[in-house]
Amino acid sequence: MKQESTQVLYGLYNDEEVLLHAVKKAKEDHLDIMDVYSPFPIHGLDNILGLTESRIHIAGFIYGLIGCLSAFLFMTWVFTRDWPIIFGGKPYFSALAFIPITFEVTVLFASVGMVVTFYTICGMGPGVDNPTLDDRITDDKFCIAFDVDDADEAKQTVLRQFLTDTGAEEVNVKSI
Amino acid sequence: MSAPISAIREPLITGSKTYHTITEDICGPTERTPTTAWMIAFIVAVTGLALYAFSVTWTVWVGIGSWNLNRTINWGWDITNFVWWVGIGHAGTLISAILLLFRQKWRTGVNRAAEAMTIFAVMCAGQFPLIHMGRLWLGFFIFPYPNTRGPLWVNFNSPLLWDVFAISTYFTVSLLFWYTGLVPDFATVRDRAKGLRRKIYNYISFGWTGSAKHWQRWESLSLVLAGLATPLVLSVHTIVSFDFATSVIPGWHTTIFPPYFVAGAIFSGFAMVQTLMIMTRKVLKLEDYITLEHIDSMNKVILATGSIVGVAYLTELFIAWYSGYIYEQFAFYNRVMGPYFWSYIGMMGCNVISPQIFWSKKMRRSILVTFFMSIFINIGMWFERFVIIASTLARDYLPSSWSYYSPSWVEVCLFIGTLGLFSTLYLVFMRVAPVVAVAEIKAILKTAGDQYVGPNIKHDNDHKESTHH
Repeated sequence: MKQESTQVLYGLYNDEEVLLHAVKKAKEDHLDIMDVYSPFPIHGLDNILGLTESRIHIAGFIYGLIGCLSAFLFMTWVFTRDWPIIFGGKPYFSALAFIPITFEVTVLFASVGMVVTFYTICGMGPGVDNPTLDDRITDDKFCIAFDVDDADEAKQTVLRQFLTDTGAEEVNVKSI
Repeated sequence: MSAPISAIREPLITGSKTYHTITEDICGPTERTPTTAWMIAFIVAVTGLALYAFSVTWTVWVGIGSWNLNRTINWGWDITNFVWWVGIGHAGTLISAILLLFRQKWRTGVNRAAEAMTIFAVMCAGQFPLIHMGRLWLGFFIFPYPNTRGPLWVNFNSPLLWDVFAISTYFTVSLLFWYTGLVPDFATVRDRAKGLRRKIYNYISFGWTGSAKHWQRWESLSLVLAGLATPLVLSVHTIVSFDFATSVIPGWHTTIFPPYFVAGAIFSGFAMVQTLMIMTRKVLKLEDYITLEHIDSMNKVILATGSIVGVAYLTELFIAWYSGYIYEQFAFYNRVMGPYFWSYIGMMGCNVISPQIFWSKKMRRSILVTFFMSIFINIGMWFERFVIIASTLARDYLPSSWSYYSPSWVEVCLFIGTLGLFSTLYLVFMRVAPVVAVAEIKAILKTAGDQYVGPNIKHDNDHKESTHH
């Protein structure tokens, strides 16, 4: 993804509740958090971090709508225009009989579309090699990371102090 | 602070786990050399798979004539097996999707394995319509693609085509849902591994980092996929039941079929989950994550759905009598008293009568009873499909064409073969992936771990009441 590497100062916490307090504190102190990493989703974290609500469900709705319309209109076209056949004396345009397939295609388009969108916007995919800060972040550590590329000594000291004060067990610098 | 939880709720994670021990316990089995038990099971499963390959080759080489189907009974073990496997493939999505929407925490311990089971069961199910085509290399004819024959399209009004769409959509969506849940856990395995193993898990974990924004999107995605999968799972067996219900065969042409099939599917699916979970938790030593509480909850679902199925059987009989339509009456008389009466007895005994022992809490929490019951139910549900298909077809409108059917060795081997296919896939899954959703278990630890809730609560949690005995 990124070409040039970023200098990252990060602290590792042992508990998600300690981390939540730290993030709250960081927001009060107007510290600019680059990202927070955790082994599982932490409830309430997105609000405190000020993340906007994910719009992936809107994308899902649009994909579903496309699937719904294309399935229904395609079947209608086939049976009324392209090759009309009478089945069991029913009308060519048997809207009720089209419902099951329309439903299935709606769900298929919405799901596949959303999953592809999710991996694309997260910059993920088979074989993608995103740098990670610490191997224990997917195990039992919770991490707050600051971008310190442009930070001077004084700023870095403030950040380090903040991390240790809020209960970080380890503070490290790594370029990713 | 975690949400207040009633002290009388049983804990779902026992053994005072920490986040790290959860990782160790669940990822550990993928890192060790397989046990002898696994190796033996794997050899047996692969032998079954080889038998499957042989029977499919035989069927293709000799033709469908190698089966004992005849002009009267043109659906036999093949479609019975198809419906049976599809039904089994319903529990996974039910557990992961519907129970997610209902906020049932106990789903977390079993959803991963149940979803894997779903995917493998649907794969087994898909085999039968394909083989039944005879020329299975022309299987792609079932999809509406632009062709040089007109283009001549498939019949979109046919329930058999609805089935194609339902099952392929169900398979795709279940697979995506399952894999999206696996990605963070593969990242956990990746971060514990070294060398080539790390490279492989890095490839399949899609570059997961655990970023807050990714988790937020991941949760949103899971919730919407669950919302979509919920009507989907109900639609699949509804559409399978349309294969029968929209035909004008007495005994099949009934409006009760969709709900009755869906209940039966959930019933058989949970039975299969129980069979697998009881073995998995023992072999992988996951008793702390798949607890008696989980088994109890699933047995309650089995009891409820089994009773729904029972009511459906009796309703069918009553309506057949009440309709005053002699062909319908005969169809049901024939099911109960006809040449296949033994399969009706098997169905009633295994599906309706035997699950009633689960009214007793002691039985629901007995591993041994649950295991045998789950096998009974699997057998009973197979009989149900056989009753519906073979016994109905055997006595059609014209007594001169009445017939009796028993399978040829090829059909029997095909069925045993799909069991081999299923077991092989499941055993491989047990080796390469965390069989319990690691991240999701960690997320519920503080509301479901036994050091936080239940009778063994730790005293330092002063904000919660403890219950002493």
